Amino acid sequence: MIKAILVFNNHGKPRLTKFFVHYNEDMQQQIIRETFHLVSKRDDNVCNFLEGGSLIGGSDYKIIYRHYATLYFVFCVDSSESELGILDLIQVFVETLDKCFENVCELDLIFHVDKVHYILAELVMGGMVLETNMTEILTRNEEQNKLEKQEAGISAAPSRAVSAVKNINLPNLPSNIQLPNLPSFR
Amino acid sequence: MALKKVKGSLERVLDKDLQDLVRGIRKHKDNEAKYIAQCIDEIKQELKQDNVAVKANAVAKLTYLEMLSYDISWAAFNIIEVMSSPKFTFKRIGYLAAAQSFHEDTDVLMLTTNMIRKDINSATQYDAGLAMSGLACFMSHDLARDLANDVMTLCCASLFQFPEALRPAFPRLKDKLEDPDPGVQSAAVNVICELARKNPKNYLSLAPLFFKLMTSSTNNWVLIKIIKLFGALTPLEPRLGKKLIEPLTNLIHSTSAMSLLYECINTVIAVLISLSSGMPNHSASIQLCVQKLRILIEDSDQNLKYLGLLAMGRILKTHPKSVQSHKDLILQCLDDKDESIRLRALDLLYGMVSKKNLMEIVKKLMIHMDKAEGTQYRDELLSKIIQICSQSNYQYITNFEWYVSILVELTKIEGTRHGKLIASQMLDVAIRVKAIRHFAVSQMAQLLDNSHLLVGSAMHRNGICEVLYAAAWIVGEFSEHLYDPRAILDAMLRSRVTSLPGHIQGVYVQNIIKLYSFILLKSEKDDDKEDMQETTQLLIEKLPMFAESADLEVQERACSILQLLKYVLKLQAKEVEVGEEVAALFDGELNPVAPKAQRKVPVPEGLDLDKWINEPPSEDEDENPIEALFVSDEHGSMGQSSRKYEEPTEDELRRRRDMRRQQQENNPHYLRPDSPSKKKDSAYMNDIPVAKIDLSVPLHVPGLKRKKGTSRSGGGRGPKSAYSHIPGMTVTDKYMKEQTKKEKRKKKKKKGRKGRARETDSEEDIPVMHEVDTTVDMPEGATLSDGEEERMDPNDPHRALADIDIDKPLESSETLPVRTHRVVNDVPQSVPSTGLKLAETLPVEEEKPKKKHHRKKDEKERKKDRKERKKKKRAESVEEMKLTQETKEEAENNLMGYSEFDTSQGGGEADDELSRESPATPPPTPKTPPEDEDATDAKLTELDDINFWLSATDAPKPGEAENLKEANEAAVEELEERPIEKHKKKKEKKAKKEKREKKEKKKKHRKEEEEKEEEEPTTFEEVVDNEPAITEAPLPPMSSYKLLGESEFIKMTYETRVSPTQPQQVIVSVIFSNLSDKHLKSLDFNVMDSLNTKLTREHGATPHDGVKVPFQLPPSAANEGQFAFTLQNITMNQKLKGTLTYMIKDDEGTTCEKIDFKLLLPVSAYFLGAPCNSDRFAELLGSGDLSFKSSINLTTRDTEFSHIVAKTCFYGHLSLVERVNNTASFYGCSIQQHHVCLLVKQLPSGSLSVDGKSSNDTLLSSYLDEIKNILNQP
Repeated sequence: MIKAILVFNNHGKPRLTKFFVHYNEDMQQQIIRETFHLVSKRDDNVCNFLEGGSLIGGSDYKIIYRHYATLYFVFCVDSSESELGILDLIQVFVETLDKCFENVCELDLIFHVDKVHYILAELVMGGMVLETNMTEILTRNEEQNKLEKQEAGISAAPSRAVSAVKNINLPNLPSNIQLPNLPSFR
Repeated sequence: MALKKVKGSLERVLDKDLQDLVRGIRKHKDNEAKYIAQCIDEIKQELKQDNVAVKANAVAKLTYLEMLSYDISWAAFNIIEVMSSPKFTFKRIGYLAAAQSFHEDTDVLMLTTNMIRKDINSATQYDAGLAMSGLACFMSHDLARDLANDVMTLCCASLFQFPEALRPAFPRLKDKLEDPDPGVQSAAVNVICELARKNPKNYLSLAPLFFKLMTSSTNNWVLIKIIKLFGALTPLEPRLGKKLIEPLTNLIHSTSAMSLLYECINTVIAVLISLSSGMPNHSASIQLCVQKLRILIEDSDQNLKYLGLLAMGRILKTHPKSVQSHKDLILQCLDDKDESIRLRALDLLYGMVSKKNLMEIVKKLMIHMDKAEGTQYRDELLSKIIQICSQSNYQYITNFEWYVSILVELTKIEGTRHGKLIASQMLDVAIRVKAIRHFAVSQMAQLLDNSHLLVGSAMHRNGICEVLYAAAWIVGEFSEHLYDPRAILDAMLRSRVTSLPGHIQGVYVQNIIKLYSFILLKSEKDDDKEDMQETTQLLIEKLPMFAESADLEVQERACSILQLLKYVLKLQAKEVEVGEEVAALFDGELNPVAPKAQRKVPVPEGLDLDKWINEPPSEDEDENPIEALFVSDEHGSMGQSSRKYEEPTEDELRRRRDMRRQQQENNPHYLRPDSPSKKKDSAYMNDIPVAKIDLSVPLHVPGLKRKKGTSRSGGGRGPKSAYSHIPGMTVTDKYMKEQTKKEKRKKKKKKGRKGRARETDSEEDIPVMHEVDTTVDMPEGATLSDGEEERMDPNDPHRALADIDIDKPLESSETLPVRTHRVVNDVPQSVPSTGLKLAETLPVEEEKPKKKHHRKKDEKERKKDRKERKKKKRAESVEEMKLTQETKEEAENNLMGYSEFDTSQGGGEADDELSRESPATPPPTPKTPPEDEDATDAKLTELDDINFWLSATDAPKPGEAENLKEANEAAVEELEERPIEKHKKKKEKKAKKEKREKKEKKKKHRKEEEEKEEEEPTTFEEVVDNEPAITEAPLPPMSSYKLLGESEFIKMTYETRVSPTQPQQVIVSVIFSNLSDKHLKSLDFNVMDSLNTKLTREHGATPHDGVKVPFQLPPSAANEGQFAFTLQNITMNQKLKGTLTYMIKDDEGTTCEKIDFKLLLPVSAYFLGAPCNSDRFAELLGSGDLSFKSSINLTTRDTEFSHIVAKTCFYGHLSLVERVNNTASFYGCSIQQHHVCLLVKQLPSGSLSVDGKSSNDTLLSSYLDEIKNILNQP
C-alpha cells in the first residue's frame, strides 16, 4: 500500500502531506525532512526509486518520486505497489492538478492545499489506488465543486468578490510545472 | 432572510480565510512562529462562535497548520462539529481535517460513529464518498466493528483494523471482482491484493477468477495488480505457476507498457522460483525474461535500468547461470553515475562469482573502490567484497593467500566503518584454514609492525584499528609460525599501543604473553639464557604501561601477567625450566563457536533463569562496586612497585588463578579454549612444582631496571620496514597470474609451496589450495539448523489477518456485527397479556434479503456452470463417478441423520446460508434437505473446481482420475469435519470393502433413528410440561444426542446435563459405539480446556492428561461415559477441541488410533426448563430485571406451530408458559440464575418472529442465534 504522499518544494517546505499510516506531528516532520534529504541530493537524471528511508516501514519500503520544476512529488510505498505504476500515478496526479488549476504551479498548491487534497482523495483512498482515469477524476471533482457552489448560493457572492480583490495583488505567478511528455501507459 | 444571509457573510468576509493565512505566513517569514501563534488564537476565538461557516473556515486553517507540524488535536471536537454540518462544503472541510489529524487513538472518534453511518448511507454519493475517504484514514477498531456492515459494500480499509469482519465480508468482496464497473473492479482487486499479502493461501480459491480477469482485462492498472497477486500466490500452488507461464509470456511479448512488462517478468520469475524444484524445462522462459531484462538494463532510462537490475537479482537466486552470461552488462552498470544502480549491480555481482572469475571481479571492485567517492558507497563496496568472497563458506576462494592479501589491502581504505568486519574475516580465515596460518601470521606481523599507520588520528575514530585486534590475536595464537617473534613482541610493546581502544589493548596484553611463552620455549630449547632473561626483563619493564591503563580489563590482565612474569623470572634465576609450564597456559586448539551455540545450550533441569538467586540489593547498598574497585586498586599498586612485592602464597595463587579464570569467563573478548583443554590447563597448573619451591626459598626479584636499548631498537625497526611490505595490488595480481598459469597447465600438479594442503576441484578444474575447516563448537546434542524457524514478526500490526482462514465455512457466530440494542423499530402489533413489548427489527436485517437474493441467483447460475463442466469431466470415468457418489451418499447420510451435529460442527456454511437466506426462499418440501445438499454440493464443487481448474493443463495424465477422486474424497471428508490425516485416506481405499459393509450397517442405523424420530413428537408433548432438558431414560431419544465424532471404528454422540444445585458444572454424557468388529480398548478422552470451561480430571492431572474411559468396547457394543466440566461463564456458546485416542485390538495385534472432535456447548445446555405460570411470568417481565431485549425473524420448514413449540421447548430447554393461537411464550432459567423469556409468533406470511428478553445481553444474543438454528433444522 501507499504509506504516505508528500509534496515539498526544492527547499524542503511541505506543500502537501498525506499519511495513510498514523504518525504524530513530530514524526511526520522528521519523515518529511529525511525524505527531502534523500531526494534532494539526487541528480535529475538518475532513477526515481530510492531505498534507504529509515523512518517508515523498515526494509519493505521504497520512495518513488518525481521532480517537477520546483516541486518534489514523493510517494512512500511498500513492495506491493508496482514501481512504474506509481510513477505513472504521480504523472496522473500532476496532470490532473494541471487541468484543475490551469497550468499548475507551486503557488496553486500553497493557496489551495484543500483542493489538492480533494483531488488526491479521488485518486487514492486509505493507501490504495482508487481511480486512475483522469477524466473520471476531473468530472467527479467538478461535480463536487458544483455542489459546493450550489450550497453557497447567493451568500457566497460577497466572499468571492473579496477574494477576487485580494487575489489582484498576488505576485505574478512564476513558472508553471512544466509537464514533460511521458510515454503514458494508459 | 436573504438579506440577513448576505449580511452575515459580509461580516465573515472580514475574517481571515485559508488564503489569507497562507499569505500572512508568507509575509511574516522572519517570525513565522509568532504569527502562527497569533493565528491560532484567532482560530480559537472563531471556533467558539456558533456560525458553522466560521468554524469551517477555522478548521480549514487548522488543517493547513497541521501540515506545518502544529498539533491540532485540541480542536478534534470542533472538527467533528464541522463534519456533522449538513452542508457538503463544510462537511468536506471537516472530513479533510479529520482525515489529516485523527488516528485510531483519538478519543472523540466514538462520537462520530453514528454520523459516519448516516453519511455513508446518505443519498448523495459525494457525502458517502467523503465519509469513506475520511474513514479510510482514521479507521479504528471500534469504528470498524460498528460500521463494518455499512462499509462493506463500499470499502475495504476497515478490514485491516477489524480482521474478524473479513470472513463474512469476503463473499461480497468476491462479487465486486465481477462488477461491471471497472472502477469498482480495480478497487476490489486492489483490496484483495493487499489482503493477500498477509495470507496468500486464503485467496487461492480466487485464482480462476483472477485468471479470467487477467486474460480479459485491458486495464493495465488492474493487470499489474493481478499479476502481482499471482506472484504472491504461485509459491503456494505450483500448478498455478504452470498455468500462468503461457499467458504471461504472451503478455511479455505483446505489451508495450513497460510497467506491465516488468511486473510480468517479475511474476514469471516468481513462478520459475516456485517451479525450480519440480519442473526442469523452463529455460525458454528464463531466457525470455533475461533477454527482456537486458533490454531494460540497456535502456537509457535510469528507472528501467534500476528495475531491470532488481529483477535480475531475483532470477539470480535460482538460475545464476543464465544471469552470469550478462556479466559484462552488470560490470558496466558498476560505472553508472547513479548510486542506486551501482548498488543494485553490486547485489548482482554477489551471485555471479565463480571460482574462475572471483579474482577478476574482486580486482575490478578494488579498482572501483579507489575511484569511488563518498565513504558510504565505499563502505558498501567493501562489505560487498567481503560478502562475495566469504559466501557459502568461502566456496569460491581457491587461494586463501590471495584472500588474506585482499583483506590486508582493504585495511588501507580510508575512513571505513567496517574494521570489525575485516577483523572477523581475518580471524575466521586464520582459524579455519589451517594451511593459511603461516602466511596469515606473516601478514599480520607486518600489519602489527606498521600499526602506526592504522592508529592515525582520523582512522582511529573510524575503527579500522579493529584489524589490530585480529592481527594481535592471530600472531599470538599461532606464534609458532612467526619468523621473528622477538621483533613482533617489540612492535606490540610500543608505547603508541596505549592509544588504542581498551578491548584491543586487552588482546594485546594477552597475546604478548603468548608470544612470550613461545619465545621462552624456543630459547630454552636453544639454551639461550641470556635471551630468555632479556625478554622477561623487557616485558616486566614494558607491561606497567598497560597496568596503568584506564581500562579495567587491560589493567587486570596486565597486572596478573606482570606477577606471573616476576615469578618466572625468579624461577629462571634458579635455572628452572619453566617454558613448558608457561606454554601450557595457552595449550589447546580453539574452534570457532557456532553463532547459535549460546542459544542452544540447554537450561539445566531445575534451573529457573527468571528467579532471583539473591534478592536484588536495595539501591543505597553499593558495597559491591566499592569492593571491586578496591581489589583492582590493590592489584594495580602491586604491579607498580616491586618493593611492596611479596611472595604469593599458594592460596593467593589459587585465588588469582580463579580470579583470572573468572575474569576470562566474564570477558566477552576473551576467546575461551574448549573444555578439554581447560581441564588440561588447570591440571598442568596444579602440577607445577614451582609453587612449593617458592614457599621454601623466597627470592629477590630484580626491580624495574630499564633496558632502554631493546625498546628503542624495537621501536626503531618499525618505520624502516615501511608500508611497501604490505602486499597490495601488485601482490594480489600475482595470484591471478598464478591461477591463470595453473589453468593453462591444468593437469600438471604443482607442488604446493610450503607443503600446503591441496584439493582439486573436479568441476572447474581449479585447484583449491586450502581447505576450510568447518568444525564449530556446539553444545552437545544441538545441530546447526534445528529450531531456527522464522517466526512471524510479532510487531506486524496486521498479523491477525494472516491467521484467518477464509476457506473455512462460515460459522454461525461469524456474521458481521449488527448492533442490536441501539436501533429500535416498533412493530405496530401489540402483544397480548404477556406484556412483552419487544418487537424489534433491524433495518439492516430487512435490507439484506434483497441483496442476498440477487446474489444467490447468480451464484446458482455459476454453480450450474461449474456443475456442467464438472459433469463433462466426470463422464470420463464412470467408475470414479460411482465412487464419488458413494462418498457423497455417505455424507448425505450424515447430514440427514445428524443434521443437528452438522450445524453445530461447522457444517457452518450450510447453516449460515440457511439462517441468512431463509427469508427469501420458500419453505422447501420436508424430508429432503435440499439446502443442505446444495451447500454440500457447492462446497464440493468449489473445491473440486479449483483442483479441476488447476489440473486442466496436464489433462492427459493417467493419474488424473485418481487425483479427482482423491479431491472429492477430501472434499467430503472436509465436509464431515473430521480432520483425519492424509494417511488415513490411503487406508480408506484399502479398507473399501470394510467400508461398504459399514455403510450398510449405517443405513440400518439410520432407519432405526428415523423410526425413533417418528415417535418423537409424542415424547415432546409429554416432556413439555415437566423438565424436558434432562431425559433420564436409559436409552434417551437419539435426537437429544448430537454427533461428536466418527471414524470407521468408533462413533461418539453426546448430550449435556446440568443440575440447578451445581451452577458451575455441566456433565457431558458421551455414548461410544464400536462400529467395527474389533475390540476397542484404552479409550482416553481429552479436550483442550478453554479459560472458561475446563474438563474435570483426576486429582493432580495436568490439562494435557486425558480422562480414561472406564470401559472397553467389544465389537459392535456401545457404552456411555460421563465427563464433568467446570464453568465460569455460561453466557456464550463454548466450542472445545478434543481428541479421543483408543487402541484397536485384533488378531494382528493392537494399533493406536485417534479422532479429533469439537465439543459444542451451546448456551441452551445450561438451561433448565423451570415451570413458570403466566402470572409469575408477567411479574418477571414487569420487574425490570430483564433489561435486555433482542429479536429475530426467521422462516422454518415447520409449518405446524405445535411442532415449533415442541422443538423450542425440547432443544432450547425451555418451558412453555402460555400458548394462544399462533403465539407462545416460553420461560427458561439457567443454572446461574439468568432468566430468559421468549415470545414466538407465527406471522401470517409463515415466517416466525422471536422476541427475547433476558437479564444478560450476551446470553440472549447467543441464545437467539441458537433458537434460529434449532428452528431451521428439518
